[in-house]
Amino acid sequence: MARAATTADTFNAVAEPRRREILEVLVAGERPVNDLVHVLGLAQPQVSKHLRVLREVGAVDVREDGRRRLYRLNGESLKPMHEWLKQFEQSWSERFEALDDVLDDLKQKEQGDGVGDE
Amino acid sequence: MESVTSSGKAKVTLPTDEEILITREFDAPRHLVYRAWTTPELVMRWWSGHRGAMKIADIDLRVGGMWRYVMEANGGFEVAFHGEYREIVPDERIVTTEVFEGMPEVGEPALNTVTFTEADGRTTLELLSTVSSKEMRDMIIATGMEAGMQEQMDVLEELAISLR
Repeated sequence: MARAATTADTFNAVAEPRRREILEVLVAGERPVNDLVHVLGLAQPQVSKHLRVLREVGAVDVREDGRRRLYRLNGESLKPMHEWLKQFEQSWSERFEALDDVLDDLKQKEQGDGVGDE
Repeated sequence: MESVTSSGKAKVTLPTDEEILITREFDAPRHLVYRAWTTPELVMRWWSGHRGAMKIADIDLRVGGMWRYVMEANGGFEVAFHGEYREIVPDERIVTTEVFEGMPEVGEPALNTVTFTEADGRTTLELLSTVSSKEMRDMIIATGMEAGMQEQMDVLEELAISLR
């Protein structure tokens, strides 16, 4: 089975650092493309390309305002990823908690051995 | 300063586009953390966390030696990883490759560097996972097995709050 294209889902769309920067800028509120071009220091075609990818996965929405196109974050679409990231951290935290228990045993055993040797 | 609680949370960050860093402090000297990390019977006890039961923990702890962990997840399916030891500095540092079995190979396997640092009887463990390509990283992220992006976390935390 072929690997999903980069634009296939929110995870992949957001894995690109420039697109993450765009999202970070948009957290503060709606912005026209020109603002993003200025803030990111990229050429407009590149910014437009990234915005297209983000729009395709629903991470941003766009609306016309006269001659300007205004982009804003679509938080709802990013929620599944947020949930998933939390789960990932949770999964490692649980693994390490189990490791804590093992370490407690090892510490006790080491102390016990020390006493036994004396 | 607040006193440190015994079980902290794993901290996951994304230092660069191709790296995932997991950090955690343990209330034990590093030779014990290292032992728990490298002894099969001990790995059997913690690696699966609460997500399943360990079936296999093979460890051939020498440069060029292989490791393989298999757990049966709570859903009944098997999750398996294997890799090769590339560098071993006892109690300090282990470098291994890591392959998630069941996914098609894309480029080189991930390279994991585990570092154990001790201070005042406590050990900070850092697990730095370096993937060989953006495609590989994307795939790992897509599988939902291994990734974490602090930058997004920050953005998304704000989002989640604003969505309430």
